[in-house]
Amino acid sequence: MNGPEIAEFVRRAAASVTTEAERLTRLDAAIGDGDHGLNLSRGFAAAVGALPAGGPPGKVLIAAGRAIVSKTGGASGPLYGTALRRAGKACGDADDIDAALLGAALRAALEGVQELGQAAEGDKTMVDALAPAVRAYDEALAGGNGLADCARAAAEAGREGADATVPMQARKGRASYLGPRSVGHLDPGAASTALILAALADVAEGRA
Amino acid sequence: MVGIVIISHSRTLAEGAAEVARTMGVGKAVVETAGGDADGGLGTSLDLVERAARAADDGDGVVLLADLGSSVLSAKLYVEDADGVAVLADAPLVEGAVAAASMAATGAPLDAVVAAAESARDHRKT
Repeated sequence: MNGPEIAEFVRRAAASVTTEAERLTRLDAAIGDGDHGLNLSRGFAAAVGALPAGGPPGKVLIAAGRAIVSKTGGASGPLYGTALRRAGKACGDADDIDAALLGAALRAALEGVQELGQAAEGDKTMVDALAPAVRAYDEALAGGNGLADCARAAAEAGREGADATVPMQARKGRASYLGPRSVGHLDPGAASTALILAALADVAEGRA
Repeated sequence: MVGIVIISHSRTLAEGAAEVARTMGVGKAVVETAGGDADGGLGTSLDLVERAARAADDGDGVVLLADLGSSVLSAKLYVEDADGVAVLADAPLVEGAVAAASMAATGAPLDAVVAAAESARDHRKT
């Protein structure tokens, strides 16, 4: 994927979280403070506005991540902003990222999120979507698949990972204050992560 | 002197905690606030954190105290990218701010101010 394709991914992710803003906010209202959809729409809109006119994928991701950090509000800003910035740094100056490099960028994003938020799998957070997505991507890559197929495998694992947060009891974030009452709800951060991974897969497949 | 930065989702909470730290602390410390989001609503703004930290830092470094959630994450991001020396204290907001301000006013170095803030966690209330 080249710079313009990565910029298209950011636009596609922005469109998706905006379309689904109401649903994300509804999920967040159940176990959080009910602003996730609104916050992410605002953050990703700022990312689209901050997209550079050109440049390699790494530069595009870092610019988008920086805008998300400063404009999102809420914990998702620092987390998604860090994810994009770390992914961007992992891409370095490459003009075109191949399947292996995109996998490394996804892993860097996951590591950045975990370092900042200190969440592990099973805590009912975005990590429960992102971690299985990174694993599925790596497995598809090891199986000899191309970038688009790897990205699709990641998106599907991310979706399944998000769905699997429903029976979990939250151990991180505001929802953890609810204890057992957080069980039975889909985690909004995992849900938005699944949307963003789907946007990546769509753009990788040229469906955007 | 080590500066103190109080980061809260609420502008009034940040200013209130700073007021308590400045007046109930032992001695005169520099306490700056980053309260609320950039539009004055509830939330956190990394830009406001950067501004407050710059205002609080005279070269001896700053200690950050944060309330919860995105305040903590923004503080960590600031520490990661900071030009100067900044440390996030693992401390309760109000008690930590009073302890940090008291220690900072003595002219103590950064690690001592962080330790003072974090020792506030051990002050049990029952």
